Amino acid sequence: MVSGGAAVTDRVPVIALEAVRFDYEAMHMRFDLTADAGEMIAVIGPSGAGKSTLLNLIAGFEPALSGTLRLAGRNHTRTAPAARPVTTLFQEMNLFPHLSVGRNVGLGIDPRLRLSAADIEQVAAALARVGLAGKQDRLPGQLSGGERQRAALARSLVRDRPILLLDEPFAALDPPLRRQMVRLVRELQAERTLTVLLVTHQLDELAGMDPRTLFVDDGRITADDRLSHLAAEHPVPAVAGFFASASRPA
Amino acid sequence: MTARSAVALWAPGLSVAAGLLLLIGVALGALLSIESGSTAVAPLMGLIRDDYVWAVLRFALVQASLSALLSVGLAIPAARALSRRPDLPGRWVIVRLMGLPMVIPVIVGTFGIIAVYGRGGWVNDGLAALGLPFRIDLYGLQGILIAHVFFNLPFATRILLQGWAGIPAESWRLAEQLGLRGVPLFRQVEWPMLRQVLPGLAGLVFLICFTSFAIVLMVGGGPPNATLEVAIYQALRFDFDLVRVSALSLLQVAVCLAVVLALAAISRPMPVDLGLDRPICRHDGGALHSRVIDALAIGFALLILIPPLLALGIDAAGGPWARTLSDPGLWAAVGRSVSVALASGALALALGLGIILTSRAVKIRLRRRGLAEALESMGIVAFVLPPLVLGAGLFVLLRGVADVFAIGLGLVVVVNALMGLPFVIRIVGPAADRALATQGRLADSLGMAGLSRFRLVDWPVLRRPIGLGLALATALSIGDFSVIALFGTQDTQTLPMLLYRLMGAYRLDQAAIVGLVLITLCLTFFLVIERGVGGRRRD
Repeated sequence: MVSGGAAVTDRVPVIALEAVRFDYEAMHMRFDLTADAGEMIAVIGPSGAGKSTLLNLIAGFEPALSGTLRLAGRNHTRTAPAARPVTTLFQEMNLFPHLSVGRNVGLGIDPRLRLSAADIEQVAAALARVGLAGKQDRLPGQLSGGERQRAALARSLVRDRPILLLDEPFAALDPPLRRQMVRLVRELQAERTLTVLLVTHQLDELAGMDPRTLFVDDGRITADDRLSHLAAEHPVPAVAGFFASASRPA
Repeated sequence: MTARSAVALWAPGLSVAAGLLLLIGVALGALLSIESGSTAVAPLMGLIRDDYVWAVLRFALVQASLSALLSVGLAIPAARALSRRPDLPGRWVIVRLMGLPMVIPVIVGTFGIIAVYGRGGWVNDGLAALGLPFRIDLYGLQGILIAHVFFNLPFATRILLQGWAGIPAESWRLAEQLGLRGVPLFRQVEWPMLRQVLPGLAGLVFLICFTSFAIVLMVGGGPPNATLEVAIYQALRFDFDLVRVSALSLLQVAVCLAVVLALAAISRPMPVDLGLDRPICRHDGGALHSRVIDALAIGFALLILIPPLLALGIDAAGGPWARTLSDPGLWAAVGRSVSVALASGALALALGLGIILTSRAVKIRLRRRGLAEALESMGIVAFVLPPLVLGAGLFVLLRGVADVFAIGLGLVVVVNALMGLPFVIRIVGPAADRALATQGRLADSLGMAGLSRFRLVDWPVLRRPIGLGLALATALSIGDFSVIALFGTQDTQTLPMLLYRLMGAYRLDQAAIVGLVLITLCLTFFLVIERGVGGRRRD
C-alpha cells in the first residue's frame, strides 16, 4: 500500500516523468514533466493530442513503453494502478450506479466494503466537506451531475492520495457550476497540499486563476508556462492558434 | 399529411399486420373448433382429463429450465474468460466457431451429437476400448440437455460477450484504481451488467428449448419425454387425435405467451449482431488460478462444440459418396429445400420491410413510439405460435378443403417465413430508423418519394442489414426440420427430411454425407446472399 505523500519533502517532485513513451495508433507520444507538492496544473490542447493519455500514464491505466515514472519519490513505472498515490476523476461514470453514495465513497477505504463505525463516520465527514451532508443513502441516479462529481471528490478525500488527476470532470456542467466545482477543488488542494492536474477544454473554468499550464500537442508537451503567458501572443504557432479559436464566441 | 401520403405510410405495415392477425385467427380458431363445431369446450375438457398432456408439459418445463440454466450458467465463465483475454491465441477463431450453431441446421448438429455420444458413438467406443464396463445412454433427458447446451451455450456466450463489451471503460479503471479484484470486482462491475442481461437471455433460451422439436424428437427417448411441439406432431401424424392436438396447441400458446410477456416486461432488447466484440480494459487475469479457471471455461465450451462437428466430417469422409451423390432423390430434395428457402426468405423480407417501413414512419414522423413497437411486435408471432402449432392449425383448417400434403411445401414456406421474420425486423429495423431520422428531412425537402427515394436514399444504407437478414432467414429455412415433418411426404421431402429418414433407417454413413451437403448449402447460401445483396464490406 502507498502512503508516501506525507513523507516527501518539498525538494523531491511529486510527479516526475522522464522520457515516458507511449504509442497510440500512429501517434508516438513522449512526455517529460515534473510537478511539486501543492501545485495546481491545467492541461490544455486540441482534441486527440494526448491529454488523457498523459493522465492515464500517471494513473497506470496505460503502461509506459519506456522511460521512468516517479511518483512521491518512488519508481512507479511498472506498478498497478491501485498501488499508485493517485486518484482520478473521469468526465462521468465515477460512481457505481447500483451502490449508494455512502458505499461508493466507502470503496475508497476498503474495496471489500467492510466498513467499521469509524470508517462510516469518516465517509459522512467527507461527504459533508464537499457539501453532500446526509446524502449517503442516495443512489447516484438520484443526484445531479454536479453532486455526483462532488461524491467522487469525497471519495478522493477518504483515499487520501497526494495526486489528484481530473480528466474534464466538470465538462458536462453549466458554467457557474463548473467554476464552483473548480473552487472546491482548489480549497481541497490547499487543505491537503494536493498536486492537481486538470485537463480542460473550457478555459472559463480557470477564470480568476493563472495556473501553470501545459499545452499538449501531437503527443508532447509543447509549452509549459503560466496560462496568461500562453494566452498572450505566443511564439509557438499551435498555441497561438488554439487560443485564437478558443476565444472566438461560440 | 395528404390522403395519398397517409396511405403510403400506413398501407405496408397495416396490410402485413392484418395478414398475420388473420393467419393467427384462423389457425387458432380451427384448433378451438375441433369436433364441437363452434365452441371451445371440447379441447379444453380434453386437456383437463388428459394425464399424458400434463406429463408432457411437466417434462418440457423441467427440460427447458435445466437447459437454460446449464447453457447460460456455463456461458458466464466462458464469456468472462474470452472478454478478459483479448490476446488469447486463436481467439477470433473461437469466437467465430461460437457463431456457427446459429446457422447450422439443428438436425445436422443433432446427428453429430449422436455420432459422439450415441450407442456406437465415440464416447462409448472409447469406454469399450478402455475395457470399462459402463456405457452412457444418450436417449432421454441427458441427451436433450447435451444437444440444447451444444446449440445454446455458444449463442449465450456471444450475447454475454456483448454485455461485457458494454461495461464502460471508466468502470474498469475506477475498479483498478480502487484495488477491486476477485469477488469485489465481480460484484461491483460485472454482476450489475449480468443482472440486466441474464433474465432476458435465460428467458429466450428457455423459450427456444421449450419449443424445441427436432432435438427432442431425435434424442428424447420416447413418451412422455417430449416437448409440446413433439407431442403435437405425434398426436397428428401417428394417432390422428385432433382433440389432443388442439389441447396441446392451446397449452403451448398459453405458456409461450406468458413467457414472451414476462420477457417483454423484464428485459431490454438484445442486439442481434453477428459481428461484435470490442476488447475491454482490465488487467486482472494474470494470477495462476484465474488462468486455470479461464482455460477450463473455454476448454469446456470447445469440448461441447467441436467433437460433433468433427464427427460429422469424419463420418462423411468415409461414407459412400458415389452412391449417395448419384441418387436423384438427393438432388430433388436439394432443389426443393433451396426453392422453399428462397421463397420463405423473400417472404420474410417482404413482410419485415412492410412492417418496418410503416413502424419507422410512425415512430419518427408521427412520434408514436408505442404504436410503432406494437406493430413491430407482430413480427414475433412465431415465438407465441411455434411452427408445429401453426402447422397443426393450418392442417386442421385446410384438411376439408384441400389436399394438405399436396400443398405442404407452400405451407412450409409460410411457416418458415414467420420464423425468419423476427431476425429481419431486429436486424433491418434499427438501421431503417436511423436512415429516416438522419436523412428524412433532406429527402423530404428535395421532394423525393416512392421507389426512386428508396433506391437513392434508403438502399445504400439498408443493403448491408437487408443482406444479413435475408441471408439468415434463408439459411434457417434451408436447414429447418419442423413443420415439414407434418406435411412432408416421399414426394415432397426436403433435405433435412431426407436426412431424418436416412437416420431412421440406420443408414448413418449416407446420412453424414447428406448432413455435410446440407451444412455446405446453408453456409454457401448465407455467404452468397449476405455478400451478394449486402455488397462488399467497405472498411
